[in-house]
Amino acid sequence: MVDPRVSIIQERMRGIGRIIAVSSGKGGVGKSLVAATLALTLAKKGFSVGLFDLDFTSPSTHIILGVEGVQPKEEKGIVPPIVHGIKYMSIVYYSGEYVSPLRGADVSNALIELLSITKWGKLDFLVIDMPPGIGDATLDLIRLIKNIEFLIVTTPSQLAFETVRKLISLLKELKISVIGVIENIKMDNSDAIQKQARKLGLEFLEEIPYDPKVEEAIGNTDKLLNTILAKKVEEITEKLWHN
Amino acid sequence: MHEWALAEAVIAAVSQIAEKEVLKEVTEVKIKVGELQQIELDILEFALSQLKPPKFKHTKFSIELAKAELKCRVCSYKWFFKKEKMDENAAEAIHFVPEIAHAYIKCPKCGSPDFEIIEGRGVWLESVKGVKQGDG
Repeated sequence: MVDPRVSIIQERMRGIGRIIAVSSGKGGVGKSLVAATLALTLAKKGFSVGLFDLDFTSPSTHIILGVEGVQPKEEKGIVPPIVHGIKYMSIVYYSGEYVSPLRGADVSNALIELLSITKWGKLDFLVIDMPPGIGDATLDLIRLIKNIEFLIVTTPSQLAFETVRKLISLLKELKISVIGVIENIKMDNSDAIQKQARKLGLEFLEEIPYDPKVEEAIGNTDKLLNTILAKKVEEITEKLWHN
Repeated sequence: MHEWALAEAVIAAVSQIAEKEVLKEVTEVKIKVGELQQIELDILEFALSQLKPPKFKHTKFSIELAKAELKCRVCSYKWFFKKEKMDENAAEAIHFVPEIAHAYIKCPKCGSPDFEIIEGRGVWLESVKGVKQGDG
């Protein structure tokens, strides 16, 4: 028995310039906010951008972007709707308000299904909001998407960085491209994370200070693009070309 | 209509197998379709007939429907998926992503959403037969 879906995934990704997985070893570091803001910023700069929320059990980018009342179109596959200038895809189109308690194999199957039926068309960037950890979604993306690049988010916490260190070690071992490390929710002047990232041979992209305005901006993209987070993410986009 | 996207996947997979097995002609492809995904078989068949490349000119695509059997991981109860028992929107969501069944279906015996799809999830290739390069 052969699963035919995996055979079409490279073809579905053919029209996409760069595929960036925003990832971390740990939850709660701000991956979804960074991913959504990165997609918005790139779209504002005039690029054609897609955002794919792969956190199937706890999706949140639809809340960050205030996505409501849209559904993908069926055109010999599914075409994501355009939200705030971004082609936006999430499992919430299908799960709605219901909880989707998925085990690893189910996550893997749902991921393969969506990758094989979603028609992104031509894109300069596809930003992927990854679930936390090094589980099925991470392993499947590495297996199925050849030119994937990882953008790593951590917080100043040593606990977060320890999980990030493991993720980086896996990516290095598998020779997967890592764009760099972002230190989010920074509350002091310590350069410990910066030093450790460089020690691992990675580019330290930016530190993003804790910004209470971000919480107020959830669901309102105009407000979100006026936060310090968005300004820092804009600086990160400038560094994307160096990699 | 996302049956077309799945038909494209079937054609791509069969092409890859034909290349790997060095087949000059593909004679028969057996496809299994799980009831959980509620694929419209006539659309899938039509899409396959429209998408097939020259190497598949004489290929017989036989499609077999498999019942979707679910098993509760908590109480081990087994049951079959029945579309008629589903709300229309839930059934459509499961059509696109069968794993979404975990959001809408619960074990009829103990109420747990933690079940396994034993068989009959989506589209699978059961076998690909053909004539090898150099054969008759």
